[in-house]
Amino acid sequence: MLELHDVTKVYKVGAFGGKTMTAVDGVSFDVGTGEVVSLIGESGSGKTTIGRMILGLTSLTSGSITLDGAPVKPGKAYYRSVQGVFQDPFSSYNPVFKADRVLRMIKEQYFPSVPDWDDRVEEALAAVRLNPGQVLDKFPHQLSGGQLQRLLIARALLLEIKLLVADEITSMLDASTRIDVLNLLADLKARGLGVLYITHDLSLGNYLAERTVVLRHGTVVEMGLTEKVFGDPLHPYTRQLLSAVPRLGSPWEEAAPADGCLYHQKGATGRLLAADEGHFVACAGLDDCGGPAA
Amino acid sequence: MSLTVTDLKVYYRTLKGEVKALDGISFSVADNEILGLAGESGCGKTTLGKGLIRMDGRMKHIGGTVELDGETLPIGDDARMNPYRFHKVSLIPQYSMSAMNPTRKIGKMVGELVRSRGVKLDRDELHARLDQVSLPREVLDRYPIELSGGMKQRMVMVISTLLNPSLLIADEITSALDVSTQKAVAKALVGFRDAGFVKSMIFITHDISLTYQIADTIMVMYAGKLAEKAPAHTIVSAPRHPYAQLLINSLPEVGVRYADKRLSGIPGSPPSLLDPPSGCRFRDRCPLAFAKCAEEEPPAVEVEPDHFVACWKA
Repeated sequence: MLELHDVTKVYKVGAFGGKTMTAVDGVSFDVGTGEVVSLIGESGSGKTTIGRMILGLTSLTSGSITLDGAPVKPGKAYYRSVQGVFQDPFSSYNPVFKADRVLRMIKEQYFPSVPDWDDRVEEALAAVRLNPGQVLDKFPHQLSGGQLQRLLIARALLLEIKLLVADEITSMLDASTRIDVLNLLADLKARGLGVLYITHDLSLGNYLAERTVVLRHGTVVEMGLTEKVFGDPLHPYTRQLLSAVPRLGSPWEEAAPADGCLYHQKGATGRLLAADEGHFVACAGLDDCGGPAA
Repeated sequence: MSLTVTDLKVYYRTLKGEVKALDGISFSVADNEILGLAGESGCGKTTLGKGLIRMDGRMKHIGGTVELDGETLPIGDDARMNPYRFHKVSLIPQYSMSAMNPTRKIGKMVGELVRSRGVKLDRDELHARLDQVSLPREVLDRYPIELSGGMKQRMVMVISTLLNPSLLIADEITSALDVSTQKAVAKALVGFRDAGFVKSMIFITHDISLTYQIADTIMVMYAGKLAEKAPAHTIVSAPRHPYAQLLINSLPEVGVRYADKRLSGIPGSPPSLLDPPSGCRFRDRCPLAFAKCAEEEPPAVEVEPDHFVACWKA
C-alpha cells in the first residue's frame, strides 16, 4: 500500500545553509494493508523525519513515497487516507477549546452534510474503547494522556484512513495505560488499517509489529519479519540494541559477537542483502565478504 | 540503617486545597543499598525524592521524620537543610541538559561549585571519577553544549557525587536517553555504589524493567502510599500486591508478541489526591477489592523479612 523507494532527506544546516546533514539516506520499505510495521531507531536515526515525509510535513530530497501507486501529495484527499498521531498528547490539543473539538473539525472540514454524525462519533469512540460520556464536552486538562491519545486515534478513524503514522505515541503514557493503546492499534489492524509504528522502545515494537525496520544514522541496518529480526539479529547494531534493553527476570548481558564479515563486526552500514526469506541485513559487500554468513 | 523515613507526609498547596501527594510513608534504606522507586505518574515518587532534599514553595511538610545516619534531617526548613545538601544528600536531576552552567567550561564550573560549599577541589579525585564513568579528562576543558546527552548525564553524576554523599537521589535520570546510553548510565550508578562514593541510593523511574537491572530493593508506590516493597527479584517474580501484579503483567518484553500473548493494562485511573478515597486507594481499580478495603486502610505489613505489602488480601 505505502511504498518508500530510496528516500533521502538532506537538511541544510549552518548559518547560511552552507553545510548539509543527511538525516535519511536511501531508505526503502513498504507497509501493507492491515499490517503493523515498526520503525525502530535511537534519537537522531531519522525515524521521525521518515514519518513526517510520509505525512507530507517535510519534503523529500530524492526518492519517492507512493500510496497505492500515487505519489504523496499533501492535501485534503491525501489526509483522508493517511493520518498521524504524535508523541505528546498534551500539546496536540488547543487547551482553550474542548478536546472533542478535534472531532467537530473533522465534520466541518470533510463531512459537512453527514446526517448521522453523532452515531459515527460514537462508533469511532467505541472502536478506541472510550466512553463518550467521559470524554466528550471536556477540556484537554480534564482527560488523561491515554484518553487524549485515543481520542486522536478516533479522529483518524472517522476519516476511514488506510494508514496511521504513530510516532512514539506511547512514550508519554504510563505503563498501565500504554499497553491498552498498543492493543487498540492491534485491533485496528484487524480492520485493515496499516500502521507505521515509530518507536525507540524495542519491546513495544516487538509486541505489535509483523515487520520491523531498524534504522541507524538514517540508513536501514536490518529489516524483516519481527520474529527474525528480534529472534535472530544479524547486524551487530541490532544485537547491541537488544542486549541493552532492560528485561525483567534476567540481568543485562553483553551482546554476543556477530559472525560474518569484518564489515559486520565494525557495525557499519551498506546495501541490504537478503540473509533469509523476509530478512535483510546491511552489508558493505567487501571483496572478502561472502555476504551475511547466517 | 542509613536512611529511615517514618510516616512522612508532604502535601502540595493549591488553590483548591491540599493535594496529599505523599501521605504517610515509612521505609528504610540500608547502607550500600540501591532502592528502586517505581509507580505511575502522580504516585508521589518524585515528591518523595524532592522531599528528601529540597521542597519547592508549594510543598509543605505535614508530618513524619527523615533520619539519615542517625541525624534527623530538617526537611521542612529550607535554610537549615542547606548544610546537608551535596555533603550528605545529593541529587542527580532528570534534565542534565540544563543542569550545568552553559557559560562556563565544565572544569571551572565544578571548581566554583565545590568552593561554594567550602571545600577545595581535589583534581586527582575528579580525574579518577571521570575515569570511573569512562569520560575523557578533556571534558573539563569543554562547554556543556559540546557533550552528548549521555556524556552530560554522566558528568552531572560525577559532580553530584563528588563530596561522597550518604544518600543519592536519582530522579528519572535515564528517561530521555536511548537504550544503549541508558545502560551505560545505569551501570555507572552501580559503579558509584560499588566504589563507595555514595552509601545508599534512591533510584526513581517509571520503568520497572530498568529498576530491576540495578536496584537491590524495589518499592512500588500508588497514590502517595507504599503498595509493596521487596527485594528486586521477589517483586518481579512473586509480587503480592494486586497493583504490583497488574503493573508487572502489563509490561511488554522482547519476545512477547501480541499474537501469542495479549497483555492487558490496568483499567481506570488513579484517584484524585485532593480528596483521596477512604480505605485503600487502589480499591476502585482492584479486582480483589471487598468491603473492608473501603472501610479501613491496609497497613504496610512485613509478610516476609524485607517484604512489605499494604493489602488486606496479601
